[in-house]
Amino acid sequence: MSGTEGMSRRSFLRLLGVGTTMTVLAACAPAAAPAADAPAADAAAPAADATVADAGKLEIFSWWTAGGEVEGLNNMFEIYKRDYPDVEIINAALAAQGAGQGGEMKALLETRMIGGDPPESFQVHLGRELIDSHVVADRMEPLDDLYASEGYNDIFPADLMSVILYDGHPWSVPVNIHRSNLMWYRPSKLEAIGADAPPANWDEFFTMADALKEQGLPGIALSGTGGNGHTMESVILSVFGAEDWPKLFDGTIGWDDPRMTQALEIMNRLYDYAQPDYLSQSGADVNDVMMADDGPLLMISGDWLHGYFKSKEFTDYTWAASPGTESTYLLLSDSFGLPKGVKNRDNAVNWLKVCGSKEGQDAFNPIKGSIPARTDADPSLYDEYQLWAMEQWKTQTLVGSLQHGAAAKQSFLLDYDLALNDMVATRDVAATQAALVVAAEEAAFGQ
Amino acid sequence: MANNTVTVSGERGSAASPIQSTRKRWWRWLSGDMILAFLVLLPSIIAVAIFIYGFIGWTFYISMSDWKSSIPDFTFVGLKNWTRLVNDRRFQMDMRNHLFYAIGFIGQCIVIGFTLATLLDQKIKGEGLFRTLFIFPFAVSGIVTGVTWQWLMQPSTGINLIFAKLGMGWFRPTWHANIEYGIWAVSIAAAWQFSGYVMALYLAGLRGIPAELREAAAIDGAGTWALYRYIIIPLLMPVTFTVFVLTGMNSIRIFDVVAALGGPGPGNSIDSLALNMFQTTFGAYRFSLGAAIGSVMMFLAIFLVVPYLMSMQRETER
Repeated sequence: MSGTEGMSRRSFLRLLGVGTTMTVLAACAPAAAPAADAPAADAAAPAADATVADAGKLEIFSWWTAGGEVEGLNNMFEIYKRDYPDVEIINAALAAQGAGQGGEMKALLETRMIGGDPPESFQVHLGRELIDSHVVADRMEPLDDLYASEGYNDIFPADLMSVILYDGHPWSVPVNIHRSNLMWYRPSKLEAIGADAPPANWDEFFTMADALKEQGLPGIALSGTGGNGHTMESVILSVFGAEDWPKLFDGTIGWDDPRMTQALEIMNRLYDYAQPDYLSQSGADVNDVMMADDGPLLMISGDWLHGYFKSKEFTDYTWAASPGTESTYLLLSDSFGLPKGVKNRDNAVNWLKVCGSKEGQDAFNPIKGSIPARTDADPSLYDEYQLWAMEQWKTQTLVGSLQHGAAAKQSFLLDYDLALNDMVATRDVAATQAALVVAAEEAAFGQ
Repeated sequence: MANNTVTVSGERGSAASPIQSTRKRWWRWLSGDMILAFLVLLPSIIAVAIFIYGFIGWTFYISMSDWKSSIPDFTFVGLKNWTRLVNDRRFQMDMRNHLFYAIGFIGQCIVIGFTLATLLDQKIKGEGLFRTLFIFPFAVSGIVTGVTWQWLMQPSTGINLIFAKLGMGWFRPTWHANIEYGIWAVSIAAAWQFSGYVMALYLAGLRGIPAELREAAAIDGAGTWALYRYIIIPLLMPVTFTVFVLTGMNSIRIFDVVAALGGPGPGNSIDSLALNMFQTTFGAYRFSLGAAIGSVMMFLAIFLVVPYLMSMQRETER
């Protein structure tokens, strides 16, 4: 009796021991994996360094993985390789899937920055995205010396310099300028309703959209989730105007302003004129919706859409400023900065020089579909849209985009997008505005 | 430091005889195999202590700090983030979504997995082929599943076309884009991926049931229904329990399928805690709030895992 009891206890303990070992091993696997990788990587690093003659590496983070942007980035890498052949370039581009522009890249970048292991440089939207995410956290180097030696202060337009400077210092080098407040429309659809000009304001749009609706056609291409923040910022701009737009982000004008109610009501009404199934479609699907035979009259999109249409050999379109914003350039700019404590600082500074050079910008922008931040670009390299945009760039009021990181910090942008994402479902203007007011309070604009 | 040492030695001294006997046993354990086993396990134990339990504790601590920008701020704010989270509409929606998703996902996996396993257990021809086919989706990543089902669930071009061709044009659901019921559609996509794996588990379980039991039941006059109802299903309960825990864990940490389906969806209709945590932490730099969401996920997981571990222990003791 006692013998069997002893046996069972021993076998129980043995089992328990085995079980614990298995659990510990299993639990350990993910934790142990990086530890196992690390020595291997370290071991490989000196070997790689030896082959590149001590010039080190240049690791560049970006979310440029789609057609057009990849080629543009590679063109800049080519220039860099030609001038600094000994440096090994690591293109750490990560596609922008969900979670906003470059969400995954930003997450990875954040862990590297907090961990004190920054890449040599990374793509970041000029303006608050760079400032609030990295500059205020004291993780970036000011670039005054670079700006002085390369003459950037004179070569970038004065309005742009005011976006670049924070605390009196430049913190990154802009590579390109995109425009957010653009309306892409189809002449064939205008013809169908007997109109000869695109809508100049949203009232005109609704009249046209009603006429299209009678023919069973949608008026505007929208997405159910994750894309309407872009359309909305053009609507807000049309209601507030270029002069009051920046005041929304410095605390001078509250988000409970009656004009915001008006803007939200326009947006809320737009859903009634969207393509069927828009709730099932993402921002990327919408581009294809726009090209369909039964597609809508127009969509509000940045000028990257131009390159997409061209790549699809779609021709039934032209463009204008989004309704009610014709004298304003709602800008966003991709830029590269210099994190503190990079391993190969010289390589990083040389990269920034390529980014800011005439040669670099003229290699990148024609294919990316944006216009150069410099004022001395070679016009012969650019297409009809870009030439039009360069003209507008010179004459219009420049303001920073909200949806694309220039106007407000990231946390406000997420709250703004989520509020709109709720409005698609609830169609409740008052609740949406209340959510925006709370978000603006938390963002502490102007403090 | 010094005080501690004194107390410890005092304790040892105060209870001399009983401790001495335990100490003897303790020493016996330390000799031979045990000391080797302990040394071999030590690196793992340290790694687990730091990388798992240490970081769980750290996350919980962060959830009670005031880190809400790119600058780390470890000021203790108590339950501020937790209060905010509980009152957050998105979080409330997430909890609803997880409940619906878990019911739909676990239910489909168990029913489909068990049915497929039972059918495969009938000694049919080409069993290997079917088994491979059914388990194939499990080899696909969640992102691929999500993207594929996003196409399939387009209202005017996806599987609805099949219904239309079958003369069921009136049945035209908007699937994952439905503001009320979208999360059920997500559970369909996820169950498509996971059911094959559940089938494999059940098949192994079915194969483990001795033929004598079935024969004995047949001799006693049990029909097919009675055989399954009273013999097979009860005998497969341990498998069902394992499946329940596995699919339950999946229901808590669901991220990839939701992200690929366009999450968080209109009105957060298909949002999940993991997606919310990702966006809150890295999209808005609200690290403390993100840590609170992570802690909630962990507590939910504990509710599932602890009963499982306890039952495992009971089983081993038996």
